Amino acid sequence: MSSVWIAGAAMTAFGRHRDRDLIDLGAEAAMAAMRDAGVTIHDVGLLAVGNAYEASGMVAQRLLKQIGQTGIEAYNVFNACATGASAVRIAHLAIEAQQVDVALVVGAEQMGKMGMLGAANKARGDKQVFEPAGRFGAVIGTEGVLGTGLMPGVFAQAGTDYARQHGVTFEQFAKVAVKNHAHSVLNPLAQYRTKYSLDEIMSAEMIAYPNTVLMCCPTGDGAAALLLLSERRRAAMDPAQRARSVKIAASVLTTDPYTPTGHAQPDINTLTRDAARRAYELAGVGPDDLDLVELHDCFATAELLHYDNLGLCEPGGAGAFIDSGAPWRDGRLPVNVSGGLISKGHPIGATGVAGLYEVATHLRGEAGDRQVDGATVGLAHVIGLGSACGIHILERAALGS
Amino acid sequence: MTAPRKIPMVSYLALDDGAAHLVGQRCTHCGAIFFDRRNGCASCGETDFAAAPLASDGTLLAFTIVHRAAPKVPVPYISAVVQLDGGGVIKANLVGVPSDPAAVDLGGRVHLTTFVAATDDDGNEAIGFGFTPAAAVEA
Repeated sequence: MSSVWIAGAAMTAFGRHRDRDLIDLGAEAAMAAMRDAGVTIHDVGLLAVGNAYEASGMVAQRLLKQIGQTGIEAYNVFNACATGASAVRIAHLAIEAQQVDVALVVGAEQMGKMGMLGAANKARGDKQVFEPAGRFGAVIGTEGVLGTGLMPGVFAQAGTDYARQHGVTFEQFAKVAVKNHAHSVLNPLAQYRTKYSLDEIMSAEMIAYPNTVLMCCPTGDGAAALLLLSERRRAAMDPAQRARSVKIAASVLTTDPYTPTGHAQPDINTLTRDAARRAYELAGVGPDDLDLVELHDCFATAELLHYDNLGLCEPGGAGAFIDSGAPWRDGRLPVNVSGGLISKGHPIGATGVAGLYEVATHLRGEAGDRQVDGATVGLAHVIGLGSACGIHILERAALGS
Repeated sequence: MTAPRKIPMVSYLALDDGAAHLVGQRCTHCGAIFFDRRNGCASCGETDFAAAPLASDGTLLAFTIVHRAAPKVPVPYISAVVQLDGGGVIKANLVGVPSDPAAVDLGGRVHLTTFVAATDDDGNEAIGFGFTPAAAVEA
Protein backbone atom coordinates (compact mmCIF):
# COMPACT_ATOMS: atom_id res chain seq x y z
CA MET A 1 0.00 0.00 0.00
CA SER A 2 1.36 3.42 -0.87
CA SER A 3 2.11 5.85 1.92
CA VAL A 4 0.43 9.09 2.91
CA TRP A 5 2.70 12.06 3.63
CA ILE A 6 2.51 15.28 5.59
CA ALA A 7 3.82 18.04 3.34
CA GLY A 8 2.56 21.01 5.34
CA ALA A 9 1.99 21.54 9.05
CA ALA A 10 1.01 24.62 11.02
CA MET A 11 -0.72 25.76 14.17
CA THR A 12 -1.79 29.04 15.71
CA ALA A 13 -0.79 29.93 19.22
CA PHE A 14 -3.14 28.25 21.71
CA GLY A 15 -4.74 30.50 24.33
CA ARG A 16 -7.40 33.20 24.53
CA HIS A 17 -8.14 34.71 21.12
CA ARG A 18 -10.99 36.99 22.17
CA ASP A 19 -10.86 39.15 19.03
CA ARG A 20 -10.85 36.28 16.51
CA ASP A 21 -13.52 33.72 15.72
CA LEU A 22 -13.29 30.02 14.94
CA ILE A 23 -13.01 30.62 11.20
CA ASP A 24 -10.23 33.21 11.60
CA LEU A 25 -8.23 30.70 13.62
CA GLY A 26 -8.89 27.79 11.25
CA ALA A 27 -8.05 29.93 8.21
CA GLU A 28 -4.73 31.07 9.69
CA ALA A 29 -3.66 27.46 10.27
CA ALA A 30 -5.02 26.26 6.90
CA MET A 31 -3.27 28.98 4.89
CA ALA A 32 0.00 28.38 6.74
CA ALA A 33 -0.15 24.61 6.16
CA MET A 34 -0.78 25.07 2.42
CA ARG A 35 2.01 27.66 2.18
CA ASP A 36 4.32 25.29 4.05
CA ALA A 37 3.59 22.57 1.48
CA GLY A 38 3.87 24.90 -1.52
CA VAL A 39 0.28 24.31 -2.64
CA THR A 40 -2.83 26.46 -2.94
CA ILE A 41 -6.50 25.76 -2.32
CA HIS A 42 -6.77 24.89 -6.04
CA ASP A 43 -4.60 21.81 -5.44
CA VAL A 44 -6.70 20.53 -2.54
CA GLY A 45 -9.16 17.71 -3.32
CA LEU A 46 -10.66 17.11 0.10
CA LEU A 47 -11.09 19.03 3.35
CA ALA A 48 -11.69 17.46 6.78
CA VAL A 49 -12.37 19.85 9.65
CA GLY A 50 -12.43 18.87 13.30
CA ASN A 51 -14.42 21.02 15.70
CA ALA A 52 -16.41 20.33 18.86
CA TYR A 53 -18.40 23.34 19.97
CA GLU A 54 -19.87 24.34 16.59
CA ALA A 55 -20.04 20.78 15.29
CA SER A 56 -23.52 21.29 13.82
CA GLY A 57 -22.51 24.59 12.23
CA MET A 58 -20.95 23.48 8.92
CA VAL A 59 -17.52 24.72 9.93
CA ALA A 60 -15.73 23.14 6.93
CA GLN A 61 -17.95 24.99 4.47
CA ARG A 62 -17.55 28.26 6.39
CA LEU A 63 -13.80 27.75 6.29
CA LEU A 64 -13.90 27.22 2.51
CA LYS A 65 -15.78 30.49 2.12
CA GLN A 66 -12.92 32.11 4.05
CA ILE A 67 -10.01 30.52 2.12
CA GLY A 68 -11.36 29.48 -1.30
CA GLN A 69 -14.77 28.11 -2.24
CA THR A 70 -13.67 25.52 -4.79
CA GLY A 71 -16.55 23.08 -4.45
CA ILE A 72 -14.46 20.16 -3.13
CA GLU A 73 -15.82 17.42 -0.89
CA ALA A 74 -15.59 18.38 2.76
CA TYR A 75 -16.30 16.67 6.08
CA ASN A 76 -17.27 18.10 9.44
CA VAL A 77 -15.80 15.81 12.06
CA PHE A 78 -16.57 15.39 15.74
CA ASN A 79 -15.23 12.64 18.02
CA ALA A 80 -14.94 14.39 21.39
CA CYS A 81 -11.29 15.02 22.27
CA ALA A 82 -10.20 12.69 19.45
CA THR A 83 -11.88 15.01 16.92
CA GLY A 84 -8.68 16.33 15.33
CA ALA A 85 -7.11 12.90 14.96
CA SER A 86 -10.36 11.62 13.45
CA ALA A 87 -10.23 14.37 10.82
CA VAL A 88 -6.66 13.33 10.00
CA ARG A 89 -7.81 9.73 9.75
CA ILE A 90 -10.58 10.60 7.27
CA ALA A 91 -8.13 12.44 5.00
CA HIS A 92 -5.70 9.55 5.36
CA LEU A 93 -8.37 7.04 4.35
CA ALA A 94 -9.33 9.09 1.30
CA ILE A 95 -5.73 9.30 0.06
CA GLU A 96 -4.98 5.68 0.85
CA ALA A 97 -8.09 4.68 -1.10
CA GLN A 98 -6.74 6.76 -4.02
CA GLN A 99 -9.79 9.00 -4.07
CA VAL A 100 -7.71 12.18 -3.81
CA ASP A 101 -4.01 13.10 -3.92
CA VAL A 102 -4.09 16.24 -1.80
CA ALA A 103 -6.13 16.69 1.38
CA LEU A 104 -6.29 19.52 3.89
CA VAL A 105 -7.02 18.76 7.55
CA VAL A 106 -7.92 21.54 9.95
CA GLY A 107 -8.74 21.35 13.65
CA ALA A 108 -10.13 24.55 15.13
CA GLU A 109 -11.81 25.56 18.37
CA GLN A 110 -12.99 28.77 20.01
CA MET A 111 -14.00 27.84 23.55
CA GLY A 112 -13.47 31.00 25.56
CA LYS A 113 -13.39 30.70 29.33
CA MET A 114 -16.28 28.26 29.55
CA GLY A 115 -15.32 26.77 32.89
CA MET A 116 -15.40 23.08 33.69
CA LEU A 117 -16.84 21.13 30.77
CA GLY A 118 -20.25 19.64 31.36
CA ALA A 119 -20.78 21.47 34.63
CA ALA A 120 -23.29 23.98 33.27
CA ASN A 121 -25.81 21.50 31.95
CA LYS A 122 -25.45 18.81 34.57
CA ALA A 123 -26.64 20.75 37.59
CA ARG A 124 -28.93 18.88 39.92
CA GLY A 125 -32.50 19.24 38.69
CA ASP A 126 -35.15 21.36 40.36
CA LYS A 127 -38.25 19.34 39.49
CA GLN A 128 -41.25 20.15 41.62
CA VAL A 129 -42.73 16.66 41.42
CA PHE A 130 -40.58 13.59 40.81
CA GLU A 131 -41.09 11.91 37.45
CA PRO A 132 -38.72 9.21 36.23
CA ALA A 133 -36.88 10.42 33.12
CA GLY A 134 -34.32 9.05 30.72
CA ARG A 135 -33.06 5.53 30.31
CA PHE A 136 -32.11 5.22 33.98
CA GLY A 137 -35.50 6.44 35.19
CA ALA A 138 -33.83 9.21 37.22
CA VAL A 139 -36.12 11.48 39.24
CA ILE A 140 -33.32 13.92 40.12
CA GLY A 141 -29.97 14.72 38.56
CA THR A 142 -27.39 12.11 39.43
CA GLU A 143 -24.20 14.20 39.19
CA GLY A 144 -22.75 14.49 42.68
CA VAL A 145 -25.29 12.07 44.17
CA LEU A 146 -24.28 8.89 42.35
CA GLY A 147 -20.63 9.82 41.93
CA THR A 148 -19.24 12.12 39.27
CA GLY A 149 -19.22 11.94 35.50
CA LEU A 150 -17.38 15.20 34.88
CA MET A 151 -13.96 14.97 33.29
CA PRO A 152 -11.66 15.86 36.22
CA GLY A 153 -13.30 13.20 38.37
CA VAL A 154 -13.49 10.57 35.65
CA PHE A 155 -9.78 10.87 34.94
CA ALA A 156 -9.00 11.05 38.65
CA GLN A 157 -10.84 7.75 39.12
CA ALA A 158 -8.90 6.25 36.22
CA GLY A 159 -5.79 7.31 38.11
CA THR A 160 -6.77 5.84 41.47
CA ASP A 161 -7.79 2.60 39.73
CA TYR A 162 -4.20 2.40 38.43
CA ALA A 163 -2.90 3.38 41.90
CA ARG A 164 -4.87 0.50 43.43
CA GLN A 165 -3.27 -1.96 41.03
CA HIS A 166 0.26 -0.58 40.82
CA GLY A 167 0.82 1.57 43.88
CA VAL A 168 1.52 4.94 42.24
CA THR A 169 1.20 8.06 44.40
CA PHE A 170 -0.25 11.57 44.33
CA GLU A 171 3.33 12.85 44.06
CA GLN A 172 4.04 10.72 40.99
CA PHE A 173 0.90 12.02 39.28
CA ALA A 174 1.96 15.58 40.17
CA LYS A 175 5.42 15.05 38.66
CA VAL A 176 3.75 14.74 35.24
CA ALA A 177 2.48 18.30 35.58
CA VAL A 178 5.87 19.56 36.79
CA LYS A 179 7.37 18.16 33.58
CA ASN A 180 4.73 19.43 31.16
CA HIS A 181 4.61 22.93 32.62
CA ALA A 182 8.43 23.03 32.43
CA HIS A 183 8.36 21.85 28.81
CA SER A 184 5.96 24.55 27.66
CA VAL A 185 8.37 27.30 28.71
CA LEU A 186 10.25 26.50 25.48
CA ASN A 187 7.12 26.45 23.27
CA PRO A 188 6.15 29.89 21.94
CA LEU A 189 2.73 28.56 20.85
CA ALA A 190 1.74 27.24 24.30
CA GLN A 191 -1.16 28.72 26.26
CA TYR A 192 0.87 28.75 29.49
CA ARG A 193 4.64 29.05 29.77
CA THR A 194 5.18 29.04 33.53
CA LYS A 195 7.32 26.58 35.42
CA TYR A 196 5.99 25.23 38.76
CA SER A 197 7.66 23.29 41.57
CA LEU A 198 6.31 19.94 42.74
CA ASP A 199 5.14 21.61 45.93
CA GLU A 200 3.29 24.35 44.01
CA ILE A 201 1.53 21.74 41.88
CA MET A 202 0.55 19.54 44.84
CA SER A 203 -0.65 22.43 47.02
CA ALA A 204 -2.63 24.17 44.25
CA GLU A 205 -6.45 24.18 44.46
CA MET A 206 -7.73 20.60 44.47
CA ILE A 207 -10.25 20.00 41.68
CA ALA A 208 -10.80 16.23 41.93
CA TYR A 209 -8.24 14.33 44.00
CA PRO A 210 -5.54 13.63 42.96
CA ASN A 211 -5.78 16.28 40.22
CA THR A 212 -5.11 19.84 41.37
CA VAL A 213 -5.89 22.77 39.07
CA LEU A 214 -2.29 22.74 37.78
CA MET A 215 -2.77 19.07 36.81
CA CYS A 216 -5.85 19.83 34.65
CA CYS A 217 -5.79 21.13 31.08
CA PRO A 218 -7.37 24.55 30.49
CA THR A 219 -10.09 25.48 27.99
CA GLY A 220 -8.79 27.65 25.18
CA ASP A 221 -8.84 28.72 21.55
CA GLY A 222 -6.64 27.74 18.65
CA ALA A 223 -6.24 25.84 15.41
CA ALA A 224 -3.84 23.48 13.68
CA ALA A 225 -3.68 22.20 10.11
CA LEU A 226 -1.94 19.55 8.01
CA LEU A 227 -1.60 19.23 4.25
CA LEU A 228 -1.49 15.55 3.28
CA LEU A 229 -0.23 14.13 -0.01
CA SER A 230 -0.35 10.79 -1.79
CA GLU A 231 2.90 9.01 -2.63
CA ARG A 232 2.56 9.85 -6.34
CA ARG A 233 1.87 13.51 -5.66
CA ARG A 234 4.84 13.66 -3.30
CA ALA A 235 7.09 12.19 -6.03
CA ALA A 236 6.30 15.24 -8.17
CA MET A 237 7.29 17.71 -5.44
CA ASP A 238 10.23 20.05 -5.49
CA PRO A 239 13.16 18.06 -3.94
CA ALA A 240 13.63 20.53 -1.10
CA GLN A 241 9.94 20.30 -0.19
CA ARG A 242 10.08 16.51 -0.50
CA ALA A 243 12.96 16.26 1.95
CA ARG A 244 10.85 18.07 4.57
CA SER A 245 7.87 15.76 4.14
CA VAL A 246 6.97 13.38 6.94
CA LYS A 247 5.58 9.89 6.41
CA ILE A 248 2.43 8.76 8.20
CA ALA A 249 3.58 5.25 9.06
CA ALA A 250 0.39 4.41 10.93
CA SER A 251 -3.04 6.03 11.22
CA VAL A 252 -5.36 4.23 13.63
CA LEU A 253 -8.71 5.02 15.21
CA THR A 254 -10.41 2.75 17.74
CA THR A 255 -13.55 2.80 19.89
CA ASP A 256 -13.89 1.32 23.35
CA PRO A 257 -14.55 -2.43 23.24
CA TYR A 258 -16.76 -3.94 25.93
CA THR A 259 -15.21 -4.20 29.38
CA PRO A 260 -17.23 -5.00 32.52
CA THR A 261 -16.40 -1.64 34.15
CA GLY A 262 -16.83 0.61 31.12
CA HIS A 263 -20.46 1.60 31.66
CA ALA A 264 -19.72 2.88 35.17
CA GLN A 265 -16.27 4.36 34.59
CA PRO A 266 -15.08 4.98 31.02
CA ASP A 267 -12.18 2.62 30.29
CA ILE A 268 -9.48 4.82 28.74
CA ASN A 269 -6.95 2.00 28.71
CA THR A 270 -8.24 -0.83 26.53
CA LEU A 271 -8.94 1.22 23.38
CA THR A 272 -5.56 2.95 23.74
CA ARG A 273 -3.79 -0.40 24.06
CA ASP A 274 -5.71 -1.73 21.04
CA ALA A 275 -4.80 1.34 18.98
CA ALA A 276 -1.14 1.21 20.04
CA ARG A 277 -0.82 -2.46 19.17
CA ARG A 278 -2.25 -1.87 15.71
CA ALA A 279 -0.19 1.28 15.12
CA TYR A 280 3.10 -0.40 16.05
CA GLU A 281 2.20 -3.32 13.81
CA LEU A 282 1.35 -1.08 10.83
CA ALA A 283 4.47 1.05 11.25
CA GLY A 284 6.73 -1.91 11.93
CA VAL A 285 8.20 -0.19 14.97
CA GLY A 286 7.96 -0.63 18.73
CA PRO A 287 8.01 1.75 21.68
CA ASP A 288 11.82 1.49 21.86
CA ASP A 289 12.08 2.99 18.38
CA LEU A 290 10.23 6.19 19.33
CA ASP A 291 12.17 9.44 19.73
CA LEU A 292 9.24 11.44 21.07
CA VAL A 293 5.59 11.02 22.03
CA GLU A 294 2.74 13.52 22.25
CA LEU A 295 0.03 11.83 24.32
CA HIS A 296 -3.34 12.86 25.74
CA ASP A 297 -2.54 14.42 29.12
CA CYS A 298 -5.95 16.05 29.61
CA PHE A 299 -5.20 15.44 33.30
CA ALA A 300 -1.90 14.45 34.89
CA THR A 301 -3.40 11.13 36.00
CA ALA A 302 -4.12 10.24 32.36
CA GLU A 303 -0.53 10.74 31.19
CA LEU A 304 0.80 8.29 33.74
CA LEU A 305 -1.66 5.59 32.60
CA HIS A 306 -0.79 6.12 28.95
CA TYR A 307 2.92 5.45 29.60
CA ASP A 308 1.73 1.95 30.35
CA ASN A 309 -1.00 1.80 27.66
CA LEU A 310 1.45 2.83 24.91
CA GLY A 311 4.12 0.42 26.16
CA LEU A 312 6.57 3.23 26.97
CA CYS A 313 7.34 1.67 30.38
CA GLU A 314 7.36 -1.79 31.92
CA PRO A 315 3.83 -3.10 32.63
CA GLY A 316 2.69 -1.45 35.87
CA GLY A 317 5.82 0.70 35.86
CA ALA A 318 4.42 4.15 35.05
CA GLY A 319 5.37 5.55 38.46
CA ALA A 320 8.96 4.39 38.13
CA PHE A 321 9.03 5.77 34.57
CA ILE A 322 8.20 9.35 35.66
CA ASP A 323 10.54 9.03 38.68
CA SER A 324 13.40 8.04 36.33
CA GLY A 325 13.09 11.27 34.35
CA ALA A 326 12.69 9.29 31.10
CA PRO A 327 9.77 11.35 29.72
CA TRP A 328 11.53 14.71 30.17
CA ARG A 329 12.79 16.48 27.03
CA ASP A 330 16.37 15.43 27.79
CA GLY A 331 15.33 11.97 28.97
CA ARG A 332 15.30 8.57 27.30
CA LEU A 333 11.85 9.01 25.69
CA PRO A 334 10.55 12.60 25.73
CA VAL A 335 6.77 12.85 26.26
CA ASN A 336 4.79 16.02 25.61
CA VAL A 337 7.73 18.31 24.89
CA SER A 338 5.11 20.78 23.59
CA GLY A 339 3.83 21.19 27.14
CA GLY A 340 0.99 18.78 26.47
CA LEU A 341 -2.67 19.55 26.93
CA ILE A 342 -1.98 20.60 30.52
CA SER A 343 0.19 23.54 29.53
CA LYS A 344 0.16 23.96 25.73
CA GLY A 345 -3.63 23.92 25.97
CA HIS A 346 -6.56 21.86 24.69
CA PRO A 347 -8.82 23.65 22.17
CA ILE A 348 -10.67 20.40 21.61
CA GLY A 349 -11.01 20.20 17.81
CA ALA A 350 -7.45 21.43 17.29
CA THR A 351 -5.73 19.15 19.78
CA GLY A 352 -5.42 15.98 17.72
CA VAL A 353 -4.07 17.87 14.70
CA ALA A 354 -1.67 19.85 16.89
CA GLY A 355 -0.19 16.61 18.23
CA LEU A 356 0.82 15.60 14.70
CA TYR A 357 2.10 19.14 14.04
CA GLU A 358 4.37 18.86 17.07
CA VAL A 359 5.77 15.46 16.16
CA ALA A 360 6.23 16.42 12.47
CA THR A 361 8.02 19.64 13.45
CA HIS A 362 10.57 17.69 15.51
CA LEU A 363 11.05 15.12 12.73
CA ARG A 364 11.79 18.01 10.36
CA GLY A 365 14.31 19.38 12.86
CA GLU A 366 12.39 22.67 12.99
CA ALA A 367 11.24 22.75 16.63
CA GLY A 368 13.66 25.46 17.72
CA ASP A 369 14.56 25.63 21.40
CA ARG A 370 12.50 22.58 22.30
CA GLN A 371 13.86 20.37 19.45
CA VAL A 372 14.42 16.73 20.34
CA ASP A 373 17.75 16.24 18.60
CA GLY A 374 17.91 13.68 15.82
CA ALA A 375 14.25 12.65 16.08
CA THR A 376 13.29 10.24 13.32
CA VAL A 377 10.15 8.46 14.63
CA GLY A 378 7.38 9.85 16.83
CA LEU A 379 3.89 8.99 18.02
CA ALA A 380 0.83 11.20 18.57
CA HIS A 381 -2.06 9.94 20.71
CA VAL A 382 -5.43 11.37 21.68
CA ILE A 383 -8.49 9.99 23.38
CA GLY A 384 -12.03 11.31 23.40
CA LEU A 385 -14.37 10.14 26.14
CA GLY A 386 -17.25 8.15 24.92
CA SER A 387 -14.84 6.84 23.57
CA ALA A 388 -12.48 7.22 20.61
CA CYS A 389 -8.70 6.85 20.45
CA GLY A 390 -6.50 8.08 17.63
CA ILE A 391 -2.85 7.14 17.24
CA HIS A 392 -0.53 8.26 14.44
CA ILE A 393 3.10 7.19 14.04
CA LEU A 394 5.21 9.55 11.93
CA GLU A 395 8.62 8.98 10.35
CA ARG A 396 11.12 11.44 8.93
CA ALA A 397 11.66 11.11 5.19
CA ALA A 398 14.74 8.99 4.46
CA LEU A 399 17.59 11.13 3.17
CA GLY A 400 17.64 11.23 -0.60
CA SER A 401 14.18 9.67 -0.94
CA MET B 1 -54.01 13.85 47.45
CA THR B 2 -52.09 10.63 47.82
CA ALA B 3 -49.74 9.97 50.72
CA PRO B 4 -46.08 10.87 50.11
CA ARG B 5 -44.06 8.02 48.72
CA LYS B 6 -40.47 6.85 48.71
CA ILE B 7 -39.28 6.75 45.10
CA PRO B 8 -35.96 5.22 44.01
CA MET B 9 -33.97 8.00 42.36
CA VAL B 10 -33.03 5.65 39.52
CA SER B 11 -34.86 2.63 38.13
CA TYR B 12 -32.04 0.19 38.91
CA LEU B 13 -32.44 0.73 42.66
CA ALA B 14 -35.10 -1.57 44.21
CA LEU B 15 -36.30 -0.42 47.65
CA ASP B 16 -38.07 -3.69 48.53
CA ASP B 17 -39.48 -2.57 51.89
CA GLY B 18 -36.17 -1.60 53.38
CA ALA B 19 -34.10 -4.42 51.87
CA ALA B 20 -32.77 -2.08 49.21
CA HIS B 21 -30.56 -3.52 46.48
CA LEU B 22 -29.52 -2.83 42.90
CA VAL B 23 -31.06 -4.62 39.94
CA GLY B 24 -29.20 -5.14 36.69
CA GLN B 25 -30.16 -6.47 33.29
CA ARG B 26 -28.13 -9.63 32.83
CA CYS B 27 -27.38 -11.02 29.38
CA THR B 28 -28.71 -14.58 29.48
CA HIS B 29 -25.91 -15.70 27.14
CA CYS B 30 -22.69 -14.27 28.58
CA GLY B 31 -23.78 -12.84 31.93
CA ALA B 32 -22.71 -9.23 31.26
CA ILE B 33 -24.65 -6.80 33.46
CA PHE B 34 -26.14 -3.47 32.37
CA PHE B 35 -28.18 -0.85 34.20
CA ASP B 36 -30.14 0.41 31.20
CA ARG B 37 -31.93 -1.21 28.25
CA ARG B 38 -29.90 -2.71 25.41
CA ASN B 39 -30.99 -4.20 22.09
CA GLY B 40 -27.96 -6.42 21.76
CA CYS B 41 -25.46 -7.27 24.46
CA ALA B 42 -22.43 -4.95 24.33
CA SER B 43 -20.26 -7.91 25.26
CA CYS B 44 -21.52 -10.76 23.05
CA GLY B 45 -24.24 -9.33 20.78
CA GLU B 46 -26.95 -11.76 21.92
CA THR B 47 -30.38 -10.30 22.51
CA ASP B 48 -31.97 -11.84 25.61
CA PHE B 49 -31.76 -10.18 29.01
CA ALA B 50 -33.27 -10.92 32.42
CA ALA B 51 -33.57 -8.73 35.51
CA ALA B 52 -30.97 -9.76 38.07
CA PRO B 53 -30.86 -8.69 41.72
CA LEU B 54 -27.27 -7.73 42.56
CA ALA B 55 -25.21 -8.12 45.72
CA SER B 56 -24.97 -5.20 48.14
CA ASP B 57 -21.37 -5.98 49.08
CA GLY B 58 -18.42 -5.13 46.94
CA THR B 59 -14.91 -3.78 46.53
CA LEU B 60 -13.80 -0.18 46.01
CA LEU B 61 -12.06 -0.12 42.62
CA ALA B 62 -11.44 3.62 42.29
CA PHE B 63 -12.40 6.95 43.82
CA THR B 64 -11.92 10.68 43.57
CA ILE B 65 -12.64 13.45 46.03
CA VAL B 66 -14.50 16.16 44.15
CA HIS B 67 -13.78 19.71 45.30
CA ARG B 68 -14.98 21.68 42.30
CA ALA B 69 -18.34 20.50 40.98
CA ALA B 70 -21.38 21.45 38.96
CA PRO B 71 -23.51 24.27 40.41
CA LYS B 72 -25.70 23.23 43.38
CA VAL B 73 -23.68 20.08 44.05
CA PRO B 74 -22.32 20.25 47.62
CA VAL B 75 -18.56 19.68 47.89
CA PRO B 76 -16.38 18.01 48.84
CA TYR B 77 -17.73 14.53 48.25
CA ILE B 78 -16.20 11.18 47.34
CA SER B 79 -17.15 9.55 44.05
CA ALA B 80 -16.52 5.80 43.97
CA VAL B 81 -16.48 2.92 41.48
CA VAL B 82 -17.53 -0.34 43.11
CA GLN B 83 -17.24 -3.95 41.91
CA LEU B 84 -20.23 -5.81 43.34
CA ASP B 85 -19.70 -9.39 44.50
CA GLY B 86 -21.05 -11.81 41.90
CA GLY B 87 -21.03 -9.23 39.09
CA GLY B 88 -21.93 -5.65 38.26
CA VAL B 89 -19.86 -2.48 38.47
CA ILE B 90 -21.50 0.71 39.66
CA LYS B 91 -20.64 4.31 40.42
CA ALA B 92 -21.98 6.12 43.48
CA ASN B 93 -20.76 8.23 46.37
CA LEU B 94 -18.72 6.85 49.23
CA VAL B 95 -20.59 8.09 52.31
CA GLY B 96 -19.71 8.22 55.98
CA VAL B 97 -16.02 8.73 55.17
CA PRO B 98 -14.16 12.04 55.68
CA SER B 99 -13.11 13.76 52.43
CA ASP B 100 -9.48 12.92 53.03
CA PRO B 101 -7.57 10.51 50.78
CA ALA B 102 -5.94 8.97 53.86
CA ALA B 103 -9.39 7.95 55.13
CA VAL B 104 -10.32 6.06 51.95
CA ASP B 105 -9.51 2.34 51.86
CA LEU B 106 -8.82 1.87 48.13
CA GLY B 107 -9.44 -1.78 47.27
CA GLY B 108 -11.35 -2.23 50.54
CA ARG B 109 -14.76 -3.76 51.19
CA VAL B 110 -17.89 -1.60 50.96
CA HIS B 111 -21.62 -2.10 51.54
CA LEU B 112 -24.68 -0.50 49.94
CA THR B 113 -26.59 2.11 51.92
CA THR B 114 -29.53 4.37 51.06
CA PHE B 115 -30.49 7.92 51.97
CA VAL B 116 -33.08 10.56 51.15
CA ALA B 117 -31.53 12.47 48.25
CA ALA B 118 -34.31 15.03 47.75
CA THR B 119 -37.98 15.74 48.56
CA ASP B 120 -40.48 17.12 46.06
CA ASP B 121 -43.35 19.55 46.62
CA ASP B 122 -45.77 16.69 47.33
CA GLY B 123 -43.49 15.36 50.06
CA ASN B 124 -42.31 12.40 47.99
CA GLU B 125 -38.79 11.32 48.86
CA ALA B 126 -36.21 10.40 46.21
CA ILE B 127 -34.11 7.61 47.68
CA GLY B 128 -30.50 7.57 46.59
CA PHE B 129 -27.81 5.03 47.29
CA GLY B 130 -24.16 5.06 48.13
CA PHE B 131 -21.53 2.86 49.69
CA THR B 132 -20.03 2.84 53.15
CA PRO B 133 -16.98 0.93 54.39
CA ALA B 134 -18.00 -2.62 55.31
CA ALA B 135 -16.20 -2.31 58.67
CA ALA B 136 -18.54 0.53 59.63
CA VAL B 137 -21.55 -1.69 58.92
CA GLU B 138 -20.25 -4.55 61.04
CA ALA B 139 -19.33 -2.31 63.98
